[in-house]
Amino acid sequence: MKVILRNPSREVEMAGPVQVSVLLERLGLNREAHLVIEDNALVPGDKMLGKDATVEVRSVISGGSNAQ
Amino acid sequence: MKCRVCREPAIIDVRRHNANFCTEHFLRLCRDQTAKSIKQFNMLDPQDRVLVAVSGGKDSLAVWDILLLLGYEADGFYVGLGIGEYSDTSAGYAQRFADARNLTLHRDDLLRDHGFDVPNGSRAAKRAPCSACGLSKRHLFDEAARRGKYDAIVTGHNLDDEAAVLMGNVLHWQSDYLGRQLPALPARAGFPKKVKPLVRLTERDTAAYCLLRGIDYLVDECPLSAGNKHLSYKAALNDIERDSPGAKHDFYFRFLDQALPRFAKEAPDEDPPVSPCISCGAPSSNEMCAFCYLTKRATSAVSIELGPKRGARKVTQ
Repeated sequence: MKVILRNPSREVEMAGPVQVSVLLERLGLNREAHLVIEDNALVPGDKMLGKDATVEVRSVISGGSNAQ
Repeated sequence: MKCRVCREPAIIDVRRHNANFCTEHFLRLCRDQTAKSIKQFNMLDPQDRVLVAVSGGKDSLAVWDILLLLGYEADGFYVGLGIGEYSDTSAGYAQRFADARNLTLHRDDLLRDHGFDVPNGSRAAKRAPCSACGLSKRHLFDEAARRGKYDAIVTGHNLDDEAAVLMGNVLHWQSDYLGRQLPALPARAGFPKKVKPLVRLTERDTAAYCLLRGIDYLVDECPLSAGNKHLSYKAALNDIERDSPGAKHDFYFRFLDQALPRFAKEAPDEDPPVSPCISCGAPSSNEMCAFCYLTKRATSAVSIELGPKRGARKVTQ
């Protein structure tokens, strides 16, 4: 399966099928700080992703001046 | 996973609530939590005209959207910071959001209107980029709110932002800051009221909210924020949250309930006296306000162009 990551933008291949929560663990990413998106839709942690799936793992953390 | 409310398939887990939600009920949760914050902290009156500080990111667009759904009259204000392509892109997201909903988005631009941008201004003033950026935005938001006679400035600060600031203030025992770290700051001496209605939502919530509402936002991170200490505080807090769901919420809200009043007692009863800035007329505790001082330093700095040989520098005006 193809995993698209941002900041910086990159793609990695991962073995599937795999549950969303397990995918994040394998990528070493905290589930509190990431969303997994497939076909522009949010996918829950218990969903099984197929071996041919393409998903975006989006970091939700932003920071900076703290003044918006 | 089933939605806690309707038992239909859930699309997101919210572990601090020990619950999962479908799209409809997650969006309702976000609206309800925002309305709860507004009421709990007496942030806004129903008839208030508010100015939303908009960056083109998920939090500011989410709070603008939610306020409109809650019935508030809300305009936006965007500041172009001159951070290259990042600023151009973020302005596009903010403008498209406003245009699609026929909303008013006021815009200001540091370079066009004030003669400097964040990268050069921070260098000239020997400030960190985030510091120069924050100072500039706060000043320009205040000025825009006064000019437009808005009742309050709304920012998209969320639970992660506030918990990270709290962590920084606690780590360094900044007791004066701790005494003032409220999600609603009343108007004072020429400064408009400032409120943060998203303090009950996390960054994951606001990102999911935007995705589910079809709000296109700038995902890429500001290129100048690398190394910002609040990012490391957020990462540390999320590590704790992963193993102890609800820890961030308890850290912040129990601080507000139990600790802030103790620090507030130590804070001075009265704000320092202010008078009009000699340059722009904004209220300031110094002769010249911090923004005009930054502008003066940034625009009077001599730009230096590196020559062909190390150390051989050519000075240009």
